[in-house]
Amino acid sequence: MTMPALATYALRLGDDALVLSHRLGEWVTNAPQLEEDVALANIGLDLLGQARTLLSYAGDVEAAGRTEDDLAYLRDEREFLNVHLVERPNEDFAVSMARQLLFSTYQLALYERLQDSADPTLAGMAAKAVKEVDYHRDHATQWVLRLGDGTDESHRRMQAGLERLWPYVDEVFGTDDLEQSLVADGIAVDASTLRAGWDGYVDGVLAEATLTRPEGTRTPPGGGRRGIHTEPMGFLLAEMQHLHRAHPGASW
Amino acid sequence: MLSLDEARAAAAAVLDPELPVLSIADLGILRDVAMADDGRVVVSITPTYSGCPAMDVIRRDVEDAVHAAGFDRVEVRTVLSPAWTTDWLTESGRQALQDYGIAPPSRRTTSTGPVALSLSVRCPQCGSPDTRESSRFGSTACKSLWVCNACREPFDHMKAI
Repeated sequence: MTMPALATYALRLGDDALVLSHRLGEWVTNAPQLEEDVALANIGLDLLGQARTLLSYAGDVEAAGRTEDDLAYLRDEREFLNVHLVERPNEDFAVSMARQLLFSTYQLALYERLQDSADPTLAGMAAKAVKEVDYHRDHATQWVLRLGDGTDESHRRMQAGLERLWPYVDEVFGTDDLEQSLVADGIAVDASTLRAGWDGYVDGVLAEATLTRPEGTRTPPGGGRRGIHTEPMGFLLAEMQHLHRAHPGASW
Repeated sequence: MLSLDEARAAAAAVLDPELPVLSIADLGILRDVAMADDGRVVVSITPTYSGCPAMDVIRRDVEDAVHAAGFDRVEVRTVLSPAWTTDWLTESGRQALQDYGIAPPSRRTTSTGPVALSLSVRCPQCGSPDTRESSRFGSTACKSLWVCNACREPFDHMKAI
């Protein structure tokens, strides 16, 4: 069965938010300080709220009776449409902060534009979430500055974190026929048009943090939007979905 | 015959479970109370943040309150647009927060930027403006953590959005 383009688009954005929310949740009780446990849980909660709106909407548009829970817990790996950047493991705290900077800068630019979408649900979700993501980007920026322009050790690890995730950046700005068909209707944002603004902001932060922008030579194919994922995605889903699948339909 | 005003009053009196000194009307999340043609009371609420976990409890509390006021059929709808802003907090709500020990949000001076800059946050315990932010994220999505340099007490501050 083929989903309507709008449902697929909502699912792509919703899966980005859902999967990153799960990764941030993994930091709770493991962050370097208590305030960070709370901050990362809060950021994850904002993303989860955005994901709930987007997945519910994808289910409504699809009109096949799937709820937000069905879509989050009962789809298999090949049906998830998030970019690889959000599914990569947390590893070092600096890797996670690099991801927060790279992703939230993109997501803020996306939501700023999506507020003007011809689709009222996407526009309403974005207008609400843009205020939240502005805090997320600020949080990431402060950590990247502090670690990059900190001690030799924090600088080394922040630079290593950037190098680790840089190969996954290009995929975020990829576009395809499905997105373009919705762009033509004024519904979606052409992700490729967000790159220049993203470069400007990220380069500014890296320069101030005394970090070096990695070379973008090792770009992987990036099949996330087509359901092709990296190895850690399966483990993430196993953890995220096992409770629901062990107790189908349970609620409290 | 029950009037719409009675339904509205019942819904408006529901307290926020995470800030139990504020009603949902004070907080500005109660957007509308209307009567459908078939006699259903339709209450519209909006979340403070996308992931606010209190919404499910608030939805249930509103249903219970409107039922208790004598209305058989109640529907609670969640609306996302227009997006909630701390500017919708009522004056009495701001005072109640302050009395409860939470510094109220500063007012957004312009509507152009998504996040307002706060000039100074006064300590809700001693009133001193000599305070500092210890974390931008607090015990709930809508609050940040602060410390007063004068009386040394930590306190919550509702973020302006």
